[in-house]
Amino acid sequence: MAALRALVGVKRVIDYAVKVRVRPGGGVVTDGVKHSMNPFCEIALEEAVRLRERRLLQEIVVVSCGPPQCQETIRTALAMGADRGLHVEIPAPEYESLGPFQVAKILAALAKKEGVSLVLLGKQAIDDDCNQTGQMTAALLDWPQGTFASALTLEGQQLTVEREVDGGLESIRLRLPAVVTADLRLNEPRYATLPNIMKAKKKKIEVLKASDLGVDLSSRVAMQRVEEPPQRQAGVKVETVDDLVGKLKEGGLI
Amino acid sequence: MAAVLGKAAAVGRAWHPLRLGLLRRGCARVAVDDTVNGLSEEQRQLRQTMVKFCQEHLAPKAQEIDQENEFKGMQEFWKRLGELGVLGITTPVEYGGSGMGYLDHVLVMEEISRVSAAVGLSYGAHSNLCINQLVRNGNEAQKEKYLPKLINGEHIGALAMSEPNAGSDVVSMKLKADRKGDYFVLNGNKFWITNGPDADVVIVYAKTDLSAVPASQGITAFIVEKGMPGFSTAQKLDKLGMRGSNTCELIFEDCKIPAENILGQLSKGVYVLMSGLDLERLVLSGGPLGIMQAVLDHAFPYLHVREAFGQKIGHFQLMQGKMADMYTRLMACRQYVYNVAKACDRGHFNAKDCAGVILYSAECATQVALDGIQCLGGNGYINDYPMGRFLRDAKLYEIGAGTSEVRRLVIGRAFNATFN
Repeated sequence: MAALRALVGVKRVIDYAVKVRVRPGGGVVTDGVKHSMNPFCEIALEEAVRLRERRLLQEIVVVSCGPPQCQETIRTALAMGADRGLHVEIPAPEYESLGPFQVAKILAALAKKEGVSLVLLGKQAIDDDCNQTGQMTAALLDWPQGTFASALTLEGQQLTVEREVDGGLESIRLRLPAVVTADLRLNEPRYATLPNIMKAKKKKIEVLKASDLGVDLSSRVAMQRVEEPPQRQAGVKVETVDDLVGKLKEGGLI
Repeated sequence: MAAVLGKAAAVGRAWHPLRLGLLRRGCARVAVDDTVNGLSEEQRQLRQTMVKFCQEHLAPKAQEIDQENEFKGMQEFWKRLGELGVLGITTPVEYGGSGMGYLDHVLVMEEISRVSAAVGLSYGAHSNLCINQLVRNGNEAQKEKYLPKLINGEHIGALAMSEPNAGSDVVSMKLKADRKGDYFVLNGNKFWITNGPDADVVIVYAKTDLSAVPASQGITAFIVEKGMPGFSTAQKLDKLGMRGSNTCELIFEDCKIPAENILGQLSKGVYVLMSGLDLERLVLSGGPLGIMQAVLDHAFPYLHVREAFGQKIGHFQLMQGKMADMYTRLMACRQYVYNVAKACDRGHFNAKDCAGVILYSAECATQVALDGIQCLGGNGYINDYPMGRFLRDAKLYEIGAGTSEVRRLVIGRAFNATFN
């Protein structure tokens, strides 16, 4: 069997249990806030680890793009079973404007550099909820994509991805190399157990810059302004159905 | 070769933990600053694993465990703890343990107790009182026989020291062990035994020489298995707090224990007992830390939801003072506990400070729990909120594993000894 390698993206996001505070003038408060691995990235990583446990993959490389603290997320991934880590360090000002397109360019460049056959990502991150990185990565690489995977079967070079669609389940077949994004029910990720946390200590994390990969991080998006949503006006209680109909007519709604 | 991974989506899907997690977004916990706490990267990871695991597998049951005075699914939970590698956390790797230190053990104790102090207490009794005593004092055959199943969670462990008339004055115990050939015959009873009703393996201290002077010289430690003839447990105790951490009386009626089950040496049990007590006090200090953190987790967000006189009550200075006092008490305790744990990990065991950490953290936990109830006012006093549970659970640590009075005695005597 061919020795396949996978690249798995692991994004550092504000922990799902944290109550997010909006910063005046745009963005949210991140200083001193608990961060953890994006839950969908955990699912993608778990799937990769299960493939490797079945000897369908030889090596799992995880990557995270962002400030130095991303290495904590990479360590978690290594403790969950990834083999080695890549940290694409992005300075704070550039990280502010980093979006799916820039990350997709980094992932595409790394997929080529590392010679992987499979890029496994979460379908979206729980911070910006963009749901674009996987699709853009596939387009940049010109590889087939299986998004929102709820089951995955690998047979030689053939990959079957089951997707939950409104009418039921859709199965698609892809040929490797391919990009797959994980949906919620693909699996239940394992915990980083104590012995594995200790083993992860010995695994390597390589630090890179976007420029090392020839990736231009400039943003194509300009933020014009940020406004708070308008305050909702208090409603009125109506006594009878007739009152309700009257009010609706008054407002020109019926 | 094909491998089908993942589950096909089925009608009527079970709630996924992540889903539950996302739903819970907003019930914020108060952040723990492990940079200030001086934890290593691995220790932070360990905390993260435990937080996540306990939120998913224990938090939904915590209130029910207290109300019902029963932890349904304890066996299953124990096996999961075994998989995480935290039951045999201080056991060397060659015996199937994780080979970690006492600070790591404290962290796990703290995080379980943060969610359910009762389950935390049972964990402490199992992993420290039983497993760590076997590791420290057992011979090779005993370690090979008992450790694997205790470490993987198949078996539950306990330790039995107190008796109805021997609590603080533990060496006055009356459980008698008479030698009969290759066996010892035990007669008497033990009381307030954590995990007693559930335990498969219990370390039991008994008198092999009732006339020894001083009385401490006649004590021997035995390993007793559930089902040994003449060994039984009486009914489960109805406690003020720590409900669901099962406690009971152990009864020995002509109970035959093979001589090979002596832990340590004959009539030298007091050394097993006393040296074990130091580490027990240290590790169990994670319990009060977890309870204090739980109080903060529930009280502080409440102060920023509840309004009075047209503002959030957290903006009143009296409540700010409360937050500051509760937090500083917790942090002072935490630094003391962690530092003594680090010293033990470096091989420096100081009985005075092992007693000190649990004396101080236990009394602070009761105070912080009382403050927590005050923060919630009327809501703090009803059982729809967990504040009452925290207080009832906290009080145990001023009594169990040695009373505050005995801890003060240990510390005072240590100073007196330096002036002799």
